[in-house]
Amino acid sequence: MSNTAPPHLTEPGWLRALITLVSIGFVGLFLVLPLILVFSEALRKGWELYLAAIIDPDALAAIRLTLVVAAVSLPFNALFGLAAAWSITRFQFRGKQVLITLVDLPFSVSPVVAGLVFILVFGSHGWFGDWLQEHDLRIVYAVPGIVLATLFVTLPFIARELIPLMQAQGSEEEHAALTLGASGWYIFRKVTLPNIKWGILYGAILANARAMGEFGAVSVVSGHIRGETNTMTLHVEILYNEYQFAASFAVASLLALLALVTLAAKHFVEARGALHARRAGNPQFSTQTVTGQVESRASEHRSRGAALGLQNLAILAKEHA
Amino acid sequence: MSIEIRNLSCTFGSLKALDDVSLQVNTGELTALLGPSGCGKTTLLRIIAGLESADAGCILIAGQDMTGVPVQQRQVGFVFQNYALFRHMSVFDNIAFGLRARPRARRPSAAAVRERVMHLLDLVQLQGLADRFPSQLSGGQRQRVALARALAIEPRILLLDEPFGALDAHVRKELRRWLRKLHGELDITTIFVTHDQAEALEVADRVVIMNRGHVEQAGTPYDVWEHPATPFVCGFLGDANRLDGHTENGRWQGHRMTLPAPGLGTPGKQPALAFVRPHEFDVLPAADDSAPGLSARLTHVYLAGSEAHLEVERLEDSAPMEVKLPMEVFEQLGLQRGQTIRLLPRRARVFAAA
Repeated sequence: MSNTAPPHLTEPGWLRALITLVSIGFVGLFLVLPLILVFSEALRKGWELYLAAIIDPDALAAIRLTLVVAAVSLPFNALFGLAAAWSITRFQFRGKQVLITLVDLPFSVSPVVAGLVFILVFGSHGWFGDWLQEHDLRIVYAVPGIVLATLFVTLPFIARELIPLMQAQGSEEEHAALTLGASGWYIFRKVTLPNIKWGILYGAILANARAMGEFGAVSVVSGHIRGETNTMTLHVEILYNEYQFAASFAVASLLALLALVTLAAKHFVEARGALHARRAGNPQFSTQTVTGQVESRASEHRSRGAALGLQNLAILAKEHA
Repeated sequence: MSIEIRNLSCTFGSLKALDDVSLQVNTGELTALLGPSGCGKTTLLRIIAGLESADAGCILIAGQDMTGVPVQQRQVGFVFQNYALFRHMSVFDNIAFGLRARPRARRPSAAAVRERVMHLLDLVQLQGLADRFPSQLSGGQRQRVALARALAIEPRILLLDEPFGALDAHVRKELRRWLRKLHGELDITTIFVTHDQAEALEVADRVVIMNRGHVEQAGTPYDVWEHPATPFVCGFLGDANRLDGHTENGRWQGHRMTLPAPGLGTPGKQPALAFVRPHEFDVLPAADDSAPGLSARLTHVYLAGSEAHLEVERLEDSAPMEVKLPMEVFEQLGLQRGQTIRLLPRRARVFAAA
């Protein structure tokens, strides 16, 4: 809110106060309070029980599975995102509009529906059910199914980040590299990738957060086998249903922590991306975050960007500890 | 290296970007492709570089057919309109790009790359800016980095797309002169695209005027200025005023005037156009209905340096025309806005109407 604006251009004081209060109130009530609650509930019965809930074999298995699923789905996401953004921004082909629309489908479809679709396709009564059984392959109620469901819900993140970025940058730099005699692979490594790496990273952070936090789609295909097909979110639900509240909140607090780390990482990448874009004279990918605070030299940019990111992490940690 | 363009055609959808274009550019020449936007000049330049492909016809560089030769192997230096510098690389890395991108067997050593880049920085007068990033440079500096980057690969020919388009008037003028001088030193066959006639006439050895996908005329700046081959060239160069009329027995008639029309002596009336450049009029202050000449009303005057620019409106049909007078003449006449004047062309170029 700017106090320098002339009075006739801004709202009366009471209205400004009201609007600000409403927004802060909502954030406090629906975001900050639950976050505090998660940690306080998790630690209600002390550190020992908290630790015990986390190093419980089933909990560890769930954490491991969550990490594996995220680690497996991310490279596929990056590959698809890059391919989709590349084809949409660089080539002309029939059905391009359809592809652009379909990329967003996972955002608009309920994850539960996505999970059910995979059961229909790969389940024992599904299209490939008999064939899979013959070859002794398990997809549904096993890790591959969880990876597939996670892939489905996280598919758009990197593509959506890259499409506007690559559209804005155009292909002139690649053309220039061509006239300078560079091969396709060399151009990709030295020209294309450096220009979009912050976009990829940003999309990957969001996709990772979604992959680790996904519940609906994974719940449908997992089968809830303890120690085998339970991810962290499913494990939290099971513990809660069994009235093990402290343990449930302990595992949930890990997910909350992940959210905070994601937030900090997102902020950091945004800042770096914005700095990078500014240095490159490219207005795209610049966000409101740190612009205006940082100017001039490239090396300075780097260290100051990093410092800002760490600072934010520290602030966030302090606020929510 | 000479460039030969043979019967080149190129279509985008229903638009004929190039229509049977043939052109010869001699070794060491500095050639301008001049024309209004959408005339196909940039398309032609990109086809020569291999960035677009033609539907028909071929391009020969140094007598060698370039059809099917990929961009990377053409050894063509290309400077893009918006420079297309690699935004995440320093000036040094930008210029070194082409050398470092070579396959290992032909790649120069790091020291050799350094030496070549430093030499090029000297050449384009950007010593000391090697560590800057493109966003930290002015438009003119970016332009010169783009040129140095293109020259680093020792191109056989140099192509520039609107090289001065994005610069302000003062820098433009300076760079124009500098490019002319640089071309003299390097002696490399160069083609540049421009829509600015003054630029083309000032810088180029030869000017190729294009319109709607075909070449209207190619010649020295003197040739195209003094002997325009088509009505389009005549109208495009020098903002000539167009007068409709007809020829009869070697004379052009129209607007109550008669002008000589050599070479158009066909018997019988033929519709014809006469073009008169703004500075080729004599201006008489009063309208005299019985005397020959074009009656017009003075609608606006502005003074530009040593010349007065008169905007006038023909009395008969209110069509706007442009007239330029030396300042002394303008002051002697003491013309006022709104006044009726009479225009007498000293010379005109007459073309049979198409």
